[in-house]
Amino acid sequence: MSRHKNVRTMNLADELDDYDGDYYEDGESEGISPEDKAKIADGLRRVREVIGDDIPLITDDKIEETLWYYYFDIERSITYLLNQAGMTATKKQKKTVAVDSKAPSQKAAAKAQQGFEGPSPDDVVIAAQSQSKGLGKGQKAEKAPRAATTSIQKGVENLKLTEPPEKTAPKIPKKKIDVVAEYEKLKSKRKENANLIVIGHVDAGKSTLMGRLLYDAGVVDERTIQKYKQEAEKIGKSSFALAWVLDQTGEERARGVTIDIAVNAFETEKGRFTILDAPGHRDFIPNMIAGAAQADFAVLVIDSSPGEFEAGFNIRGQTKEHALLVRSIGVQRIIVAVNKLDLMKWSQDRFDEIKQQLSQFLATAGFQSKNVSFIPCSGLTGDNIVRGPEAGLIPWYTGPTLIQELETAKPVAKAVEKPLRMTITDVYRGGVTNPVTISGRIEIGNVQVGDIIVAAPGEERAQVKGIEVDNEATDWAVAGNNVQLHLTGIDMDHLKIGDVVCHADNPLVPLKEFEAKILAFESLTPMVIDIHRGRLNASGRITKLIATLDKGNGTVTKKKPRHIAPGSLAVISISVTGVPLPLEKGSKIVLRADGLTVAAGVLA
Amino acid sequence: MRLIKQHVERDGSGAVTLYPEEPEDMWHAFNLIRVGDTLRASAVRRIVSESSTGSTSSSRVHMNLTITVDKVDFDSQAGQLHINGRIAEENKYVKIGAHHTLDLELNRNFTIGKAEWDSVSLGVVKEACDPAEKAEIGAVVLHEGLANVCLITEHMTVLRQRIDVSIPRKRTGSISAFEKAMERFYETIYQSILRHLPIANLKVILLASPGFLAESLQKYIFAEAVKADNKTVLTARPKFVTVHCSTGHVHALNEVLKSPAVLARLADTKYAKETKAMETFFKMMQTDEDRAWYGPKEVERAIEKGAVGTLLMSNSLFRSNNMSERRRYVRMVEDVKASGAGEVMILSSIHESGIRLDGLGGVAALLVFPLQDLDESDDEAEEGDLDNHENQTL
Repeated sequence: MSRHKNVRTMNLADELDDYDGDYYEDGESEGISPEDKAKIADGLRRVREVIGDDIPLITDDKIEETLWYYYFDIERSITYLLNQAGMTATKKQKKTVAVDSKAPSQKAAAKAQQGFEGPSPDDVVIAAQSQSKGLGKGQKAEKAPRAATTSIQKGVENLKLTEPPEKTAPKIPKKKIDVVAEYEKLKSKRKENANLIVIGHVDAGKSTLMGRLLYDAGVVDERTIQKYKQEAEKIGKSSFALAWVLDQTGEERARGVTIDIAVNAFETEKGRFTILDAPGHRDFIPNMIAGAAQADFAVLVIDSSPGEFEAGFNIRGQTKEHALLVRSIGVQRIIVAVNKLDLMKWSQDRFDEIKQQLSQFLATAGFQSKNVSFIPCSGLTGDNIVRGPEAGLIPWYTGPTLIQELETAKPVAKAVEKPLRMTITDVYRGGVTNPVTISGRIEIGNVQVGDIIVAAPGEERAQVKGIEVDNEATDWAVAGNNVQLHLTGIDMDHLKIGDVVCHADNPLVPLKEFEAKILAFESLTPMVIDIHRGRLNASGRITKLIATLDKGNGTVTKKKPRHIAPGSLAVISISVTGVPLPLEKGSKIVLRADGLTVAAGVLA
Repeated sequence: MRLIKQHVERDGSGAVTLYPEEPEDMWHAFNLIRVGDTLRASAVRRIVSESSTGSTSSSRVHMNLTITVDKVDFDSQAGQLHINGRIAEENKYVKIGAHHTLDLELNRNFTIGKAEWDSVSLGVVKEACDPAEKAEIGAVVLHEGLANVCLITEHMTVLRQRIDVSIPRKRTGSISAFEKAMERFYETIYQSILRHLPIANLKVILLASPGFLAESLQKYIFAEAVKADNKTVLTARPKFVTVHCSTGHVHALNEVLKSPAVLARLADTKYAKETKAMETFFKMMQTDEDRAWYGPKEVERAIEKGAVGTLLMSNSLFRSNNMSERRRYVRMVEDVKASGAGEVMILSSIHESGIRLDGLGGVAALLVFPLQDLDESDDEAEEGDLDNHENQTL
């Protein structure tokens, strides 16, 4: 560029400012005759008349330069200048994103320069194209590379446009779908998807029952089951074969205990279901809470064999704890599967005994009797699950099978039009093309491809590149869908399980301290607790007991109680130990301490 | 810590010279030094001298400085104590009133001068200089994706490293990502243990988790140690104990330290006793609530009535810069001791049990006979107390 320096020393600083010393035409303007100078002055005036003074990128010098090229052809000069202005704007915008793209852009300048050697309209187009190719190269240095082809297309588009594109042009165009309207249209046609969580005391047979259900519903093929049977027999746990459909990790199989939620989907003629198989062991209740937060209704599995029902139903058993938990998280409908009745010779007395005891308890737990149903069944033999019981096996029972009962349960209506909220249940690599994928169930609102999102409490932005609902790619998803979001423009380290996904323009403000209205299951004092909400598991402290409330009408019965007795309703304030949590008014939380669920409630 | 010299007058004023030997002694010093005390310790100060021609030269000079304390700052992670103050005794380099920050160093004497040495302060000195055998333990509490590597000494719980990683969940058909991530998680913990815990000097190393994680971690540690032929870890094999707890957050240490397996090994240590005392208190709260009270006002009333059997106090209360408040707490301790029947336990506020007690306002008492309605009147005053206190806790 030394040539430029010789010729145009006067304006060098200006030029560097405006164009960063990039592509600039050669300097054959040496020896301009006085006549030419007059022509230029005249041309300049006329060009200015057309394009006005308000485009800052077009300086007088530039106009003069252009006029010189086009042999004072005013029209051509104007077209060229306007195109140039559009492109320079893109260039500038790019610079703000990546400073280190300077070197490649200089290469682009060199290329462009060649293009400008013989100035004709065609050449201008070619030059601009080669330049935009160069731009593409430069953009590779950006944090999130855009495909080279699209950038070329963009460059060409820019050529046609006279005005610079928007400053924060999204990398993936948003289709601007009116999701709510689309959803309403499709609602009647599509089978509604319902999430069901399977709960119950440890070893009640939850996984086996669900394995059976998936097997009989045709989701799992014969061969897989045979394989599991053989392997299970090898380690002497033949009765666990069906459970292995859901218990997949080595640890779970070796120990015969479900540790984490397993998610599986199946479809019947009348509905689509997603099963969340919860662990029964008390150590893994945090995982169970995560599952319950995504559920529409619950299947409570009861082991009806002698002593086992009673063990699960006593004060420290998980039958009670699970039922209370799902209720306080917001599940209203519960189906009780009285399992292992084959061991009881399908005794009606036993069934009725369990039914009577449980009905009473579930009523006190807050389930309405119309939302509770009881089904006798056996996961191991498969009776009364998908197929009805063998003729004469349960003569006293005429009700529906488990799957028929599931079909009657309708998912709860969701707030589709509200701001997006989705708790991340998993962050993983979705494959080569999708390096960052998150999954979860949309709690409220909707999302579509091209949306900019943040994961609170983080502030890092990401763009939704693709959406999968039940493993099928779609353009949008609404509350109630179990989705996988493929993201771009973010590193996996910025996404954590338990974070809440929101739209960038309507984010959730994380809280460090909050008040909650809770129902106490155990005695509460100011103490250290774990705060659970979905997958979120954080440590916190009850700082103040504000008041206990009357259960009937919600009026304050005692201000500043010294401790809160089990079973009472109260308002407490909680402070978070670590980073602020993604919670907001109305968030449902569960508090645990020393391995017990001590309270559940909502943020006030 | 060694007591070099102690000179306390009848009226309680006087000075004590101490010789810190280990990082934990800084914690004791932190509990002794108050705003307004004088402190004499060795210091390095940069002295700028100006020659007659106007050129300046600076040199670093070692000297002993005496300051009046303005601010005390303790860094439990590094075990360092920084004390800001103004020079109280002039020397040829430093003028009176100039500011200086003393960093107390190990193996160098320092002298604390107080206008009033109360029984609690003297108790701290006595305790700090108790040559009883120290039992330090290492503890790792973990759940999937979260691990806390802690070092528990007689008076402190220091969180050496918090490991928080994202672990993909199991998904249908793909468990390799989960298993790989778990492997990496164990590896990180193992490296952290090697780096942050002095394995050879520890009495026990606790691995605590819900479910089977702790066992898996233990297996992993020894498999790795055998692979790398790490003698320190292999010889320490009997020291590793797995314990059950319900979460991987640091406060799970409460649960860990009260489990019978741990208590059997550590029964005579101070922190085990503290944990047990807090446990008894919370149990009493549930079973016989009129015999368990917390909060300064309530406990004070119980002391008046001579009902206190065990008084639990957090040492954060005695770090109060408000003289009258401090006196009030000291009086509570002295009253209980004077009554003959009562026992006083002063809990370290950076042990988990102490944090629990701080949550209750720093004071709790187990009564020998039930009392009711200690909290009836003066609700507002009590509120003020609690708020004050909250500002001071560590």
